[in-house]
Amino acid sequence: MKRIISPVATAALLVVTSMPSFAASPWIVENATAKEECSACHMAYPAGFLPERSWRAIMANLTDHFGEDASLGDAARTEITNYLVALAPKELRNVSSIAVPLRITELRWFRGEHGSRRVAQAQNDPRIGSISNCAACHRAAERGNFGD
Amino acid sequence: MKSKLVFALSAASVLFAAAVVANPARDAIVAGFAAEAGVSTFSADAGRTMFLGQFTGGKEATPSCTTCHTNNPTAAGRTRVGKPILPMAVSANPERFTDPEKVAKWFRRNCTSVLGRECTAEEKGNFLAFMISQ
Repeated sequence: MKRIISPVATAALLVVTSMPSFAASPWIVENATAKEECSACHMAYPAGFLPERSWRAIMANLTDHFGEDASLGDAARTEITNYLVALAPKELRNVSSIAVPLRITELRWFRGEHGSRRVAQAQNDPRIGSISNCAACHRAAERGNFGD
Repeated sequence: MKSKLVFALSAASVLFAAAVVANPARDAIVAGFAAEAGVSTFSADAGRTMFLGQFTGGKEATPSCTTCHTNNPTAAGRTRVGKPILPMAVSANPERFTDPEKVAKWFRRNCTSVLGRECTAEEKGNFLAFMISQ
């Protein structure tokens, strides 16, 4: 019997290699497909901002994505869904476990941080366009840094 | 000497412009729409009319192409959340309409968003003819 790698070791290896790498952050979109497709119209929002069930709901209704058709082919849609769901939290603080928030901008912490005055300001400033345009003010948002 | 250089440069830019217009990938996309529509030429004027038109069959937030692309195809547009969109006109953005998958994806999405239905091959060809002419 000259088996080089035992079936158990093979199985363990498969589990390890199919897990997200240690570098995978819920605050930076690193998956190439998600980065490209989600950033076509807006900044690719990182998985950490919404619970898993919200991403599933969003990705299941791309033909009416906040008022636009953002449909994708099945392969890209599945890849992006799996990527987001793997990194998203199960629950978010201050969000009921039966609620399925679809807009990051309507989460309580977001409103608290930005306030209605800033929301209106973003809407009216042609350099920003809308409060959803994170990177207009948070210059390092795409690198996962919203601190400024 | 200087005038020769200027001549050489302008000749090069003419060649470059010609190369941009005659992009084989873009030509193949147009030819595909022509074959599908069963026509031999497209109307840039009809493309312009569609581009500038206002529609009621689609989604409320996007009644026209110009909602996001502005009514100047050589200018940058803007998505509804404020992200810039590169110009649609081939003269301003030579990479436009050279990736068949992208062309198919965005016609599918945007015709559905604006018109409430997919565009016909003839409409797509007319639209491209207009953007190529700009």
